[in-house]
Amino acid sequence: MLKVLYFARLRESLGLAGEELPLPEGVDSVAALMAWLATRGGVWQREFAGKHLLRAAVNQDLVAETATIQPGDEVAFFPPVTGG
Amino acid sequence: MTVRVQREDFDVGAEVTRLRLARPDTGAIAAFVGQVRDLNEGSRVSTLTLEHYPGMTEKSLEAIVARARQRWDIFEALVIHRIGELRPTDQIVLVVVSGAHRGEAFAACEFIMDYLKTEAPFWKKESTPQGERWVDARTSDEAARQRWGSQLHDL
Repeated sequence: MLKVLYFARLRESLGLAGEELPLPEGVDSVAALMAWLATRGGVWQREFAGKHLLRAAVNQDLVAETATIQPGDEVAFFPPVTGG
Repeated sequence: MTVRVQREDFDVGAEVTRLRLARPDTGAIAAFVGQVRDLNEGSRVSTLTLEHYPGMTEKSLEAIVARARQRWDIFEALVIHRIGELRPTDQIVLVVVSGAHRGEAFAACEFIMDYLKTEAPFWKKESTPQGERWVDARTSDEAARQRWGSQLHDL
């Protein structure tokens, strides 16, 4: 299983804070997971294959989209951060 | 604790005094306080709500402080960041750094803030007369961080 979390504007836009899903067939990187999520269509397509800039974290470390993922990972997607 | 993420307000004087007295060889304390402004992008802001990623937030701030410690010879470092609903003039963030001399303390304090602004998972949503809106990341914050060189993570 994979734990996927969504934060801030992305969470509101998707109407979902997180979900657990089996690692989809052929998905082995953050970029591949984003492409897979986009295939859900509608708002998923707009958020994960559109113009919005998203950041990703794997197991709570910021990563590039090329980062690999495996079952048991916690993957998070969110807009660029705005703290401070 | 080096890093605290909390809803409650903080007492700058008490925190500075604690770091000041922690070591008698301390000669300099640099502190930065960020507060909520009542105006952003031309709109009055009535409340600012801070969301974060529990777990990753603390991990990320600890990593930023560790990086500052590697780079400068500082004694103590403290980061306090508030979450939840805040109002204009409320304090949001505190960074305090102590060292033997001011140079390291000033530099490490600014370094920690620049990385916090671009890598720690916090997001601001403001309430204005036009409604609620998520605050956009600023390119000037990214430029400020890039002055320090390499990123914590190669994005």
